[in-house]
Amino acid sequence: MRELAARSARPVAFPSAAEAAVTDEQTRTNVRLAQDTIRARRVAVAAELDDWEALRDAGAALRDRSLSRLRDLLPLLEDRVTRSGGVVHWARDAEEANEIVVRVARAAGAREVLKVKSLTTDEIGLNAALERAGLRPLETDLAELVCQLADERPSHLLVPAIHKNRTEIRDLFRERLGLEELTDEPRELAEAARAHLRAAFLRAKVAISGANAAVAETGTVCVVESEGNGRMCTTLADTLITVMGIEKVVAEWRDLEVLLQLLPRSATGERMNPYTSLWTGVREGDGPRAFHLVLLDAGRTRALADPVARPVLRCIRCSACINACPVYRQTGGHAYHTVYAGPIGAILEPQLAGPRGQPGSLPFASSLCGACADVCPVRIDIPGLLVHERGRVVRSERQGLEGASLRLLGRVFASRERYERAQRLARRLQRPAVREGRVRWFVGPLAGWGSSRELPAVPPQTFREWWADRDRA
Amino acid sequence: MRVALFVTCLADTLAPGVGRAAVTVLERLGLGVDFPREQTCCGQLHWNAGYADEATALAARFGEVFADAEVIVTPSGSCAGHVREHVPTLVPRVAHVAARTFELSQLLVERLGVEDVGSTYAGRLTYHPTCHSLRLLRVGDAPERLLRAVPGVELAELPEATECCGFGGMFSVKNAAVSSAMLAAKLDAIASSGADAVCACDASCLLHIGGGLERRGSPVRAVHLAEVLAG
Amino acid sequence: MTAREEILRRINVALAGATAQPVPRAYRVAGELDRDGRVALFRRRVEDYGGVVLESAAPGETIAAVLAERGARRIGVSPDLDEALLPVGVEVVADDRLTPRQLDALDGALTTCAAACAETGTIALDGGPGQGRRALTLVPDLHVCVVRRDDVVETVPELLARLEASARAGRPIVLVSGPSATSDIELTRVEGVHGPRRLVVVLVDRPPA
Ligand code: SF4
Repeated sequence: MRELAARSARPVAFPSAAEAAVTDEQTRTNVRLAQDTIRARRVAVAAELDDWEALRDAGAALRDRSLSRLRDLLPLLEDRVTRSGGVVHWARDAEEANEIVVRVARAAGAREVLKVKSLTTDEIGLNAALERAGLRPLETDLAELVCQLADERPSHLLVPAIHKNRTEIRDLFRERLGLEELTDEPRELAEAARAHLRAAFLRAKVAISGANAAVAETGTVCVVESEGNGRMCTTLADTLITVMGIEKVVAEWRDLEVLLQLLPRSATGERMNPYTSLWTGVREGDGPRAFHLVLLDAGRTRALADPVARPVLRCIRCSACINACPVYRQTGGHAYHTVYAGPIGAILEPQLAGPRGQPGSLPFASSLCGACADVCPVRIDIPGLLVHERGRVVRSERQGLEGASLRLLGRVFASRERYERAQRLARRLQRPAVREGRVRWFVGPLAGWGSSRELPAVPPQTFREWWADRDRA
Repeated sequence: MRVALFVTCLADTLAPGVGRAAVTVLERLGLGVDFPREQTCCGQLHWNAGYADEATALAARFGEVFADAEVIVTPSGSCAGHVREHVPTLVPRVAHVAARTFELSQLLVERLGVEDVGSTYAGRLTYHPTCHSLRLLRVGDAPERLLRAVPGVELAELPEATECCGFGGMFSVKNAAVSSAMLAAKLDAIASSGADAVCACDASCLLHIGGGLERRGSPVRAVHLAEVLAG
Repeated sequence: MTAREEILRRINVALAGATAQPVPRAYRVAGELDRDGRVALFRRRVEDYGGVVLESAAPGETIAAVLAERGARRIGVSPDLDEALLPVGVEVVADDRLTPRQLDALDGALTTCAAACAETGTIALDGGPGQGRRALTLVPDLHVCVVRRDDVVETVPELLARLEASARAGRPIVLVSGPSATSDIELTRVEGVHGPRRLVVVLVDRPPA
């Protein structure tokens, strides 16, 4: 059930979800091919700019600077939007945001609301809230439409249906849209989506979008997209509601000159995405007659209050880290059981959801290979933050046998004598499990290792014993 | 020049041959090798697992054990990376010790300017750049330059070389299924390279890769860079 | 406490002691190409993303030919479009608050633009003279956009600098880079989804009078 924002569902630990996911060959093949395509494109367009690293420096710094000035920038943004005829709402949490959106949509007389792909509205479970209120949300982004028709959760920030290949999408459209003749040509599938949504766009009363950024000094809200569904929604609806995390605000107009270079190149590997919409409040005779901007906290201030974790709020949701991730490559996005999957999800979800919301296994769903940090356009130290989140889990949850072992190991390493004694002890204790220099029984925590790997036994002579012998000789 | 060898707890206990090979290489180049016996672990394991207190204590201990060393060398990209990149933040007063710590290939190529270490080898090798040597430590192509200078080494290209092998310390047991799937992809890549041995700068990743090769019954061996250079 | 007060209070607490650091802007702002170089690059980049670029000394005729070739008989324009650009032989409908359905019944739209960016093959619309409102360039399936060579800048920062005054004046802006597209199916780029499926850029020398 895609409406069940992961956090409201019972948390599922990553290792067990991943164990099932790695056996889904179809999904893994789809994800692998998609990753390969997008990685190559990103590398190519990033390499085109010889100032790419300078743009990343600026991107990181301008996001940090905006975050550190949030107290001033949000009221400034509010003022600019209000002065241009928009209405600004503040929402402490998901529930409050959903209430506001439902209230505004109802007042506008809508039965059907069009949606532009928005992670923030996925995060707050808006579709379910709309349905409970008797309103019908209609996803207009192709991949979101696929997920909505399939009743599945998105599995990727940017390409929510990355786990599905063209044939699966064709079958879904045949079944749900009644298009028996459809082939699996991507062009035809896109055409089917166009035909399906056209009428809805033309009669749109209320549309809901997220925002990629908002410029405080000008009151400009920015939505970046490809298909034109974003333009349709932000232009043709009578009433436009934008739900935006408070961290998305930037200070200056010229900050966009950085973000609009970093984002498309990192996200879809394009020099520029087909459409970027920029608007301030309402404009007489052009676009919606009413504009509502919902500024959402829902855990952002919690992340802001943690100085180590704060840079996670720099994230511009490009998903380059996900595309680079070797773990995601094997599992796809559903194994994370979160709205934000992959490396960014593993550091963002624990912050947004707070102490009890999500499985503590998420920050451990990484080999810390660092491929994510290498590509992050705003230079978030993702491995560093994963370690930070691990530390929070370790301190807050009981770690059982693992915790006891690691603390014991810490004490062993703290003294040379204890360490050397432990080496000798290991050699002795392993005897019953060892044959021909290999460990043959994998017990307890070693069972996982033994599932795919041999393990050499501790050899008769450690390095330090050899060194001592040699010294004596 | 004298160098102090930080052999790492893992190589000391499970892969002593790597340490012995490193000594052979260094001594062949005329360097005096010390082995401060007090050394145990740099704390990388604890740091990565989220146990910052233990990691900090071990980082401090590392700094003290190697305080007098002019140059510290270790045959592990991930330990060198941890020492250089994390230890100074954890224990600022030992930052100068961290700055004198080098991974073996880094010491040879960058610090000493040596590529030909006078070894020979016979066989087709493929090189797997381990993640921490590649991205944390940024050893660049130092290991490959060393390998290319060894007569008898035929270097085969590894497809998707920079993809993680799936070891990741505790990750390999906590997320065994994903770790194994990542390993399988790496083993497939190694097989398709046509090499008869895979070489890397980290005994830990090699334990995982070698263990996987063996489990598959593959004839391909996992060898540490030091072992090739010692031949 | 209102939500507004509460959130601002949380921010205050969270940021106690935090300081704002300056932003290093060592990236490229100004381009280096001359006008011909910019125009040539712009052309390549638009074509790269599936747009068509034509150079024209007589825009009225070129546009008429473009429309005829694409079977467009009724096209929408902004009421303030320069008459010199109006093509002969097609029905021109002034967008005087046409409804979405009426816009949808048009074969295309003909507009000017505020500026264009060579590096990314982008045209920028800010509702200025000849550009019309946003719906005009969105709903009809063909967009023919007249771009003055002098309005082609090289870099993204140069483009956004050109648009700053409009942004400050609260005018809506749309950046268009090629026809609408999606990469949602296996990350394969397919051109033509909800926005215009065809984009034709006509490069002209003179400012439309
Ligand atoms: S963390 Fe960085 S790479 Fe990942 S989505 Fe956010 S901005 Fe992109």
